[in-house]
Amino acid sequence: MADLPILSLLIFLPLAGAGFILTINGDDEIAQNNARKTALWASTITFILSLWLWFKFDNSTADFQFVENVDWIPTFNISYHLGIDGISVLFVLLTTVLTPVCILASWRSIQDRVKEYMIAFLILETMMIGMFAALDIVIFYIFFEAVLIPMFLIIGVWGGQRRVYASYKLFLYTLLGSVLMLLAILVMYNQAGTTDIPTLMTTRFDPSLQIWLWLAFFASFAVKVPMWPVHTWLPDAHVEAPTAGSVILAGMLLKFGGYGFIRFSLPMFPDASVYFTPLIYSLSIVAVIYTSLVALVQNDMKKLIAYSSIAHMGFVTAGTFSLTMQGVEGAIFQMLSHGVVSAALFLCVGVIYDRLHTREIAAYGGLVHKMPAYALVFMLFMMASVGLPGTGGFVGEFLVLVGLFKANTWVAAFAATGVVLGAAYMLYLYRRVVFGALEKEEVKKMLDMSRREWAVFAPLIILTLWMGVYPMSFLDMMHVSVDNLLGQVQLALDASNSALVAGQ
Amino acid sequence: MSMIKAIVFLPLLASMLAGMLAFVKCGSDKHKKHKIDMYAQWITSAALLVAMVLSWIVFSQVGLHGETYTVTVLHWIQSGDLDLNWALKVDTLTAVMLVVVCTVSAMVHVYSVGYMHHDPDVPRFMSYLSLFTFFMLMLVTADNLVQMFFGWEGVGLASYLLIGFWYNKPSANAAAIKAFVVNRVGDFGFALGIFATFVMFGTVNLDTIFANAGTMADAQISIFSGQFHAITVICLLLFIGAMGKSAQLGLHTWLPDAMEGPTPVSALIHAATMVTAGVFMVSRMSPLFEYSDFALQVVTVVGASTAIFAATIGCTQFDIKRVIAYSTCSQLGYMFFAIGVSAYQAAIFHLMTHAFFKALLFLGAGSVIHAMSDEQDMRKMGGTWKLIPVTYSLMWIGSLALAGVWPFAGYFSKDTILEAAYGAHTGVGNYAFWMGITAAFLTAFYSWRLIIMTFHGTPRADEKTMAHVHESPKVMILPLLLLAAGACGAGWIGYEWFVGHGAAHFWGNSILVLESHPALENAHHVPGWVKLLPLVVGGAGIALAYLMYMFVPSLPGLVVSAIKPIHTFVFNKWYFDELYDAVFVKPAFLIGRGLWKVGDQAIIDGLGPNGVAQATQDTAEKASVLQTGYLYHYAFAMLVGVVLMVVWYMYIAG
Repeated sequence: MADLPILSLLIFLPLAGAGFILTINGDDEIAQNNARKTALWASTITFILSLWLWFKFDNSTADFQFVENVDWIPTFNISYHLGIDGISVLFVLLTTVLTPVCILASWRSIQDRVKEYMIAFLILETMMIGMFAALDIVIFYIFFEAVLIPMFLIIGVWGGQRRVYASYKLFLYTLLGSVLMLLAILVMYNQAGTTDIPTLMTTRFDPSLQIWLWLAFFASFAVKVPMWPVHTWLPDAHVEAPTAGSVILAGMLLKFGGYGFIRFSLPMFPDASVYFTPLIYSLSIVAVIYTSLVALVQNDMKKLIAYSSIAHMGFVTAGTFSLTMQGVEGAIFQMLSHGVVSAALFLCVGVIYDRLHTREIAAYGGLVHKMPAYALVFMLFMMASVGLPGTGGFVGEFLVLVGLFKANTWVAAFAATGVVLGAAYMLYLYRRVVFGALEKEEVKKMLDMSRREWAVFAPLIILTLWMGVYPMSFLDMMHVSVDNLLGQVQLALDASNSALVAGQ
Repeated sequence: MSMIKAIVFLPLLASMLAGMLAFVKCGSDKHKKHKIDMYAQWITSAALLVAMVLSWIVFSQVGLHGETYTVTVLHWIQSGDLDLNWALKVDTLTAVMLVVVCTVSAMVHVYSVGYMHHDPDVPRFMSYLSLFTFFMLMLVTADNLVQMFFGWEGVGLASYLLIGFWYNKPSANAAAIKAFVVNRVGDFGFALGIFATFVMFGTVNLDTIFANAGTMADAQISIFSGQFHAITVICLLLFIGAMGKSAQLGLHTWLPDAMEGPTPVSALIHAATMVTAGVFMVSRMSPLFEYSDFALQVVTVVGASTAIFAATIGCTQFDIKRVIAYSTCSQLGYMFFAIGVSAYQAAIFHLMTHAFFKALLFLGAGSVIHAMSDEQDMRKMGGTWKLIPVTYSLMWIGSLALAGVWPFAGYFSKDTILEAAYGAHTGVGNYAFWMGITAAFLTAFYSWRLIIMTFHGTPRADEKTMAHVHESPKVMILPLLLLAAGACGAGWIGYEWFVGHGAAHFWGNSILVLESHPALENAHHVPGWVKLLPLVVGGAGIALAYLMYMFVPSLPGLVVSAIKPIHTFVFNKWYFDELYDAVFVKPAFLIGRGLWKVGDQAIIDGLGPNGVAQATQDTAEKASVLQTGYLYHYAFAMLVGVVLMVVWYMYIAG
């Protein structure tokens, strides 16, 4: 079992499930149910298989593990190279957790083209796992870009009224960045003669070239994060996306950017990363404060949570570039916890959207009377979102701020104001939706959460509390890799500093 | 050792159980609902009573026999050099807090059985109360700053939930949000304080910090583009947190509004325990504060100013709970200026006595409100003292203790504080002393104003209410009696341990006072007039209240019209709410809307995607003009193209 190609299995199992759904004939109720069940089975088995990574992962090494390496296009030295380390392993696991949750959450709310919908989600899972496991930059690029296709379709086909506008906006924004990244990849191949990520990580690019490469990657990652001012596609995409689409968008897609910064920008372009740190800090602070204030005045629940996501991702980018142990680990942890919490918040919106078919905050009020269990679940995730200690939201934010404070006290102080504003907009949202007297006729008819909905939330509730009370399970997995990464960056910086001194 | 775990985790367990009971559906089955309610009340009250007894045992072990220890529960966070545990630290300071928290909480739980029995959500209420107690206990047993922050935010959550307990009331919801957000402003300072501590000391573990505090006495920290005295910076940041939680001047606005919560909540959270967390935290950090005279001076000035400021407002309010709320705010000010002159022991002493008599006053007020059919306006009370004699006498005891009349509890603790302030022999110490004396006068005045307006004079409520006035049931009176016993006896019992000759042995290592700060020592040797003055002004305040509200009822109106502008200013709470609304709340919404509509939509989207899309569309429209549909047009265009290509090939490429 030692050389079980576990990563390939994880990547292609959902794809196989998608293929299987394709073979289902007909479009009647039975066929639809079969499609749902197949998708749920495929993603659940993928999840169970992924637990292999959780149990077999070796915390004591920074090397890539579960490595598979097969020549693909030998002419160009491109190979099918997979592997994960302490930085990527948890993202793979987050993907395998969230996909079955999404499928279960779409059980009733999607009634049209169920087969195609399920196929889109399974392909999405394939792409996401592939992206986090890729160790060849071409493979990475393919998965990174291909994710857009199912996402584009999910929003464009199963979305709300302005779905076409939103999906094109998403597509154009992300594509624009990606084209530049592709150029940068070509340049890197030209210089290093390889597309192998571990090799590229140890390649020293000329600092002046690094600047350009860094900017090209930044264009792509900043859109994905999204960083201010290229964030406006996100609220529109969220508002129009079906609930499960929002879950993947907030839970996984936004992490691509943060992951990219950690995987590529820091180790491959360390000089440029240091050079551009003030830029990242400024944009992150603006993102935190600007989007928090904008979130405060939203009338649409999904838009509000979308803006809050941008603010939370501001912590991630700032923490990453603090180049401190706490900052980078905090950034990774924040991405994971945000993946769980924001996913859960969008599901919370989905629960009541399914009942009332509106996202207007003003249409609700007094839900707690009829839906006490829902009120409790929403409360938990709201508190996690505002970073209450004991929930997953706290640990990431806290570590990021500690790291930032070490690096730059101003940045830490400005970022910390987001904690105050976050409390304001989330509590204000909760009050308008859940509290208050029960006056509206439609709201009086709403029923509390069903058993299926509990099943959707249960894993997320467990994860949120687990991450808050005993984050060590997760932090332990990343320590060595992050330490090694920062060590490499420091080494590279020292080298170019001494070169600079020698040059004078 | 396991006793401390039981004390801390029993309330959590009880809270979870009661919380589950809250989800049992009873429909219209009254009998079943009654049973569920009773289970929830029993489980939580029993858990708390057990915790209370255990806390007394721990108190005697630790406070009287000097056993201190730390119990590690679980590893919590480790990243780089940051490493911390979930751990329970027990020393005298913690033990005192354990007794205060568990005792008052147990009494409030029992009292709530009676007070809330009409409420449709009894299990939820009991669950919240126990949850609060758990967080508070985590706060006082923290062995590192981050766990303290956990408890700190946790009590904030519980406070938020309980203030907004009656979620149908918009005012309650608004007050709940206000409490949470204003506290978050304080927590912002607290969090930065934790970061600064970590950067300077390389740890957030209290014992390690305290052990190294002396060596860091002169260290500098680079923060906000400058070099400052490290410990001063840390202490000031932490103190901002304390100001939020303990409702000190500037961050106090949430406390009066928090009275929207049910009265037992006001007694437990907003008088006896949570609001004193700031006092506890600063006392806990005494090994740091001792090394920063500037930070201590700030604490003194803020505390003394709050004491007088809140007392002035207390004299003008008509809502019985708000009067007591401002009184709490003012008493917390006393505790802080005691800390400021390094009389931490006196501050904690007052914290303890105050917990008893203030909880008593609140619960007594609750008893009055209960009797008056939920009326809280003192202008609509009066003439009830014969109808509810037990409540009346308990309110007397509470007020006597609050006003610092011998031999009630407040006399011992408050006088020690005032004497210590005098004994500090510093500028700020004198400021605090005189502010404290003035506030003592006002305290006595508003306390008896409250008693007379509530219980004496002609009844001002309607007949239906008056006919309904009744003494509260035993389950509400019994806890009051225990608190009253505390309000009577806690002062003279505790005096020797807390601030008397046994203090050094009692406190052990839990509080550090440098020899250069002898205020508490000096307090025992102040001139006679200093000892006497608080009693005199207290008596004068009581007398003035009797004069104005009992003997010459026309006097208050005359006074108010004589000092109209001042009264309006004070009555409107110095316009803090209006100020903050204008400076922070409204602009935040305005800026938010501006950034959204102008920043995101007009500029970013307008120039970005929508702008590009528009430009593309315009170009496409112009291009589409070329598409005429006539074959010869296209043939002509092709021909032109071919000619151009041939020409290009011949001249340039060739």
